[in-house]
Order: sequence, then C-alpha cells, then structure tokens
Amino acid sequence: MSKRVLLGLLLACGLTASALAQEPKTGGVINAVIQPEPPGLMLAMIQNGPTQMVSGNIFEGLLRYSPKLEPQPELAESWSISEDAKTYTFKLRKDVTWHDGKPFTAADVLFSIEMLKQTHARARANLVQVDKIEAPDDYTVVFTLKQPFGPFLGIFEVGSMPMVPKHLYEGTDWKTNPYNNAPVGTGPFMFKEWQKGSFIRLVKNPNYYEKGKPYIDEIYWQIIPDAAARSVAYETGKVDVLPGGSVENFDVPRLSKLKDTCVTGAGWEFFSPLAWLWLNNRQGPLADKRVRQAIMYAIDRDFAKDVIWNGLGKVATGPSASTIKYYTDDVPKYPYDPAKAKALLKEAGYKGEKIRLLLLAYGETWQRWGEAVKQNLMDVGMNIETISTDVAGGNQKIGDWDFDIAFTYLYQYGDPALGVGRNYVSSNIAKGQVFNNAEGYTNPEIDKLFADGAVATPDSKRKEIYDKAQKILVEDVPVAWLLELQFPTITRCKVKNLITTGIGVNDGFKDAWLEK
Amino acid sequence: MLSFVAQRVLKGVIVLLAIVVLNFFLIRLAPGDPAVVMAGEAGASDQVFVNQLREKFGLDKPLPEQLFIYVTGIATLDLGFSFRQQAPVAKLIAERLPATLLLTLTAFAISLALGVLFGTFAARFAGTFLDTGITIFALIFYAMPIFWVALMGILLFSVTVDWLPSFGYETVGANLAGLAHAADVARHLIMPAVTLGLFFMATYTRMTRASMLEVKRLDFVKTARAKGLSDAVIQRRHVLRNALLPVVTLAGVHAGTLIGGAVITETVFAWPGIGRLMYDALLQRDYNLLLGVFVTCSVMVLIFNLVTDLVYRLVDPRIEFAA
Repeated sequence: MSKRVLLGLLLACGLTASALAQEPKTGGVINAVIQPEPPGLMLAMIQNGPTQMVSGNIFEGLLRYSPKLEPQPELAESWSISEDAKTYTFKLRKDVTWHDGKPFTAADVLFSIEMLKQTHARARANLVQVDKIEAPDDYTVVFTLKQPFGPFLGIFEVGSMPMVPKHLYEGTDWKTNPYNNAPVGTGPFMFKEWQKGSFIRLVKNPNYYEKGKPYIDEIYWQIIPDAAARSVAYETGKVDVLPGGSVENFDVPRLSKLKDTCVTGAGWEFFSPLAWLWLNNRQGPLADKRVRQAIMYAIDRDFAKDVIWNGLGKVATGPSASTIKYYTDDVPKYPYDPAKAKALLKEAGYKGEKIRLLLLAYGETWQRWGEAVKQNLMDVGMNIETISTDVAGGNQKIGDWDFDIAFTYLYQYGDPALGVGRNYVSSNIAKGQVFNNAEGYTNPEIDKLFADGAVATPDSKRKEIYDKAQKILVEDVPVAWLLELQFPTITRCKVKNLITTGIGVNDGFKDAWLEK
Repeated sequence: MLSFVAQRVLKGVIVLLAIVVLNFFLIRLAPGDPAVVMAGEAGASDQVFVNQLREKFGLDKPLPEQLFIYVTGIATLDLGFSFRQQAPVAKLIAERLPATLLLTLTAFAISLALGVLFGTFAARFAGTFLDTGITIFALIFYAMPIFWVALMGILLFSVTVDWLPSFGYETVGANLAGLAHAADVARHLIMPAVTLGLFFMATYTRMTRASMLEVKRLDFVKTARAKGLSDAVIQRRHVLRNALLPVVTLAGVHAGTLIGGAVITETVFAWPGIGRLMYDALLQRDYNLLLGVFVTCSVMVLIFNLVTDLVYRLVDPRIEFAA
C-alpha cells in the first residue's frame, strides 16, 4: 500500500470518525441551574424568566425561530399568508399528542389563545390586530387580521404563545387547576417531580413526534439561590449547564477558563436584552432634551462594558438592538465626552438640582453599574442621589413615575413592533404600569411611525419607517440607551447542540445530546 | 400547671392575632403588589390586565374586608392560597417546614451542647490559657458573618478537600432510600448546621461562663465545698444547674427566632427551608404566603416560649407556675 493510499485511508477513517463523533448520542442526564426558583410552571399563566426556561421543555408553540429570527416549524408544520397579508393559515402536525396521550388539535390552539388573552399580558398585546381565529378542520388554524401586521409571524414562540391542553383546562378554575403544578404539554420533556427549594425533574417524552428526539433522558433543574454557590456547584461538577445570568459577571471569565468548559453568547437573538436608563421626561431638568443628551455624553458605556460586564455585550446605539429586524446604526452618535456633556448642561441652565437615580435590584453587577453611572454623572456636575429598593418596589416607583432616572433592561422580541415601539409611543403612557412608555415621551411623529411600521408592507417600507423612527428617537434621547446585554451560557463541552434557535435555553433541550 | 398552660395558650392566641393584624398591614405598606410583579414579568402590561389580576387575587376588595377574610380563614386553619405559586399556603409551608426544623434543631442542639460545654470549661479554668482560647474561638464565630463562614466552609470542605457537598438537601438524582438516604441527608446537613450552630454557640459559651463564675462565688457553693463534695460534683450539680437559667432563657428566645432566621444559611447552602420561602414570597409580594410563614414562625415562637417556661421549672424547682 502506497503512502498516499494509506494517508487517504487514514484521512477517510478520521473523517468518518469525526462524522460519527458528531452523530447525536442518546441517553444521559443534564444538570442545569435555575435561578431563581420559578413560582410555577404553567407558562400560560406565569411568564417570569425561570418559568420559561424550565417550561420551554414541557410546552411548545406553533413556531420556533432561527438565530436569524426566521420562523421554523414546531407544532405548525407549514403556514401560508394571503396576498392581502391579512389571512395567515397554519397547518398543524397530525402526529402530536399531549403528555397524557390525547391528540393535539386546532381546538387546543383556539382554546389556548382565548386563555392567553386573559392570562398573558404580552400575548394579549400581540393579538390586538387579530380579528378572528377559526379552525376549518382539526389540523388547520386560520387567523384573520384587522389589517396587515408585519411582525405577526414573530409572535408564536413557546414563551409568547404556549399551547395549553383544552381537555384539562376547559371549564375549570384556571388559577387553581391541579395541572398548574403538574403541567401537561406536547414538548420533548415531561414534568416528573418538583422538590420545592431543591430541584425540578423532567424526563424524556417517549412519544415525542420528532422521532429519536429528545436525546437526553432526564433534566434536573437545580435550585441554588446563592450566586457564589452556583459557581461552586459548576466548579465541583454538580451541574453541567449555567444558563445566561446564573452567575455573577465577575465569575464568568474564571469559570470560562475551567477545563472542558464551553461558553456561548448565542440564544438571545430573539430577546435581545437592551439596557437603558428611563429618563423622566415629564418634569425637572430632564424635561430638557439637552440635559438628556448630556447624560448620553456623560456616561462611559465602554467602561461599563469592559469593566462591569467583563467585556460582554455591545454599546447600544439607539432604541433597537443590533440583532433585531430593521436595526440601523445610521443615527446620531453619543461618544463618551464629559466636556460636551458639561457644555450642554450649562446651555440648558442646569443648576445642580437633585436628580434621583433608581437602581435595579438584580444583583451585584447592577449595583456596581449604578455606582459607575452615578460617578459619571457627578463628574459632569450633576447632583445625583441613588435610591435602592427591591424589584417589586422599583417597579412600583417606575409605574408611579416616582423617579428621575431609573435602570432597566427589556427584551425586544425580534421586531420593533413587538418590543421597541411600546416604550416610546404616547398611547402607552399609563400610570400604575411598568415596561411601557414610563419616561413619558410624547412625539406625534414617532406615534405615527410606529403605527405605520407595524402594518406597512413590504419589508422595505417597514425598514424605511423604522430607520426614520430610530433617527428621531436617538436625537431626542427619551431614554439613555446603555448596552446590548449578553448573558453567556456556560456548559461542559460534552453538552452538544444545547442552543439551536434564537430563543436559546428557553426553547427546550430537544436537540441537545451528551458526548460520552 | 394545667391552668398555667391554658392561660399561656390563651395569651398566645391573642398575641398571634395581634401579629396577624400588624403584619397584614405592614406587608401592604411595602411598595408593589403581586399583580404588578406578574404583569411586569410578562414583559407587557395594561391596566385592564393588572385589574383582572387584582380582582382574581382579591386585592381589589377594601383592606378591612381582606383582613376579615384572612383572619376568618386562619380561625379555620386555612392559611389561604398563594396565587403566585398556585397552591394552598399550608401545603407550601408543610413542604418546607421539615427541612427547616431539621436544620435549625440540629444547629440548636450543636450550639447548645458545645456552648454549655465550652462555657463550663472556660469557667472551670477561668483565667487560664484554655479559658482565653475558648473565649477567642467563640468570639471569632460570633463576630464573623454567617454567609462568610458558610462560603469559607464551602471553599475548604467542598472545593479544596471535597469532603462535603456544597449545596442542597440530598444528592439530586441519586434516588436513595432508607438508611442510605438518611446518611446522604446527614452529609448535606453537616455544613449548614455547623455554620448556623457555631454562631449561636458563641453566645451560649459566653453566657454559661459568665453565669457560672457568678454562681461560683455564692455562699451555697462554699457550703458544698465545706461539706467535702468533689469539685466535679460541685460544678455539675450546684454551679452549672444554677447557672443554666439565663442560658435557658436565651435558648428559648433563640429557638423561636431560628425557625425564620436561617434565611442566609438556607440561601448559601441551597437548603430548601422556610426561610427561603419567606424571602422569595417577600420579593414577589406573595402576601398570603408571606403572612402564612409569619403565622407559622409566630406559632413556633409561642410554643418555644411555653416550653422554656416549663423547662425553667425543671431546672429550678423553686420557680412556681404563677397563674
């Protein structure tokens, strides 16, 4: 055998071996951290982060989304849109059963949507453009819209519109339904056990419609309330997956360097968390655009990214994160420029009036960030008083407009019509509520642009509208945009294919497998 | 004695009622309510939705009416429903109480046993190197914050030498039963119980030492000595027994507060107890659950106070059960 043939054979063997190595393997258990402990697992009724993370394995939506946010089939195997862009027809898979064996049909979809309108604030808002929903047969669902709604195909992921079993919820008192604590879905994993305060155990759904999936036998979501203890649990090999945000930022570089550890920032494209400071536009110095612009110039956002967030994330350029549709960076820029900030403050006649900075009680990183921003603003001569409270207390203050500046970060849900406009249109100014236009910014032009953008066709028209909206907003600085946040997921490298969609860990572990 | 107990129970019920009413209003003074928390989590909110939630939780009713509903519920041993966790409060507390009792009672036993032992030694050898050593040892654990001791313990015993688990109540997924399960829980219990126990141990050591030194000077000890009793008997039977009264008082107070006061230990060691349940309920403004935990803790304090009074009598028969 010549050397060349031998080499060829060896290469072929090597390639086959590497191809085989990438072939998913069945079996094994994944131990993941969940923080904080979810209050419940009924995704249709509770939408906090941990609930979505665990229940994304149990429940499913009609669609999933790729990292580029293109819709992909899940419970719906195909869909079509009418020419006038007002009718969306979904064809459901015919081989789907609930975990109790009952078939999943269009009746479940209709029921779920009616339920979600009452229990899920975001689904309710997303469905506002829907005129009627019909099920011509058991496996077809037709949505008729009042007018074309550009982002409509983006509202069907599991967290935004989870499917609920009609046969277990219809005619019952939803809030006390026993299945809230032993949820039944169609997902790749079934609920098995919840030792409150300790762990949640999910097991493989043997009748899952995608044959061969899921590959993993069991998932244990371990509840470890202390951030340092979560790091230790990973270091000592007790858990294999630390979803984004599980450990303090300053621990991320250290844990990332551990043996057999893989880190990824992927899986947040759909949510695209964007951090900003609410600026109360209604009263005092912040009512003046120049003071708000001064704040943008005064804050050293690169420092925050490099030091407080350990280099993770990206400096925000405006109201849209760079990962969502119709983003543009062709907007006015606000580099760190304390001198310019001082000049603007002087021009605006700011005379050292006290400004209250409300911090976000999400842990150490946010505390440090608050201190850094306070320092930045004091450096340019602003008189800042920080206010600390817990999350519920902070939300109440923001809802009551009882703040001057307040930290927050919000998800963008892939499309400006779903996750951006809500924070700037004047129809969303309402006392007592949070996460709307809490800053009190009013601009009829922006109202019109977001109203038009949601219903415009084709895509190029939408882009044009949102480009304009972004420019106006960045010029007006209704809020001070800080960073596009990145929450890295840390795993043992033996955990493969954990994140395959733009929804990441929240989308369930159906593609994940363990290398042995 | 029976009338004493009956009277104390009656007083306890009145105290409990006062606690419920006070806490009911106190909790509602905190900004934010569960409806706002939940609407916020959904990433969108409108007034209709928030109002719907408030109505569902009964938060739209006038405060006195809410209080009346709550108190009548308690009278029938119904602690209400946690809308946040979608389960009856009593069930949620019952799930967590055993873990807390196991942790706190073990810590309590460790602290009392070690505290009295060390205190006795320190008093017996007062002024010596041993006395100074014990005092410093006790002070160190009293002065160091619990979370710090806990983290150092984890670093040493879990990360460095890998002898003990760093978190949890049991090995998750091990599916152990019987003795093996008990041994597993015991292994998990060591660090949290010792951490919590060492903190309280310090106070018992100091209290026992001071009290024994005081009793030692009294005339009846001299008499005992004059009678020719051995030193060991004098220390045990005469000095220690008389010196224990303040320790019992302190233990009674501690035992009650331990139930709800193990929040930090439970958090650092991921111990699934009631302290963490209370903390989460507070953050989520889960009014019913929070009140439920308060009521449970209050009942515990009242029970421990009663037990303390009864133990007094055992320790010092001169004390009468004054009606």
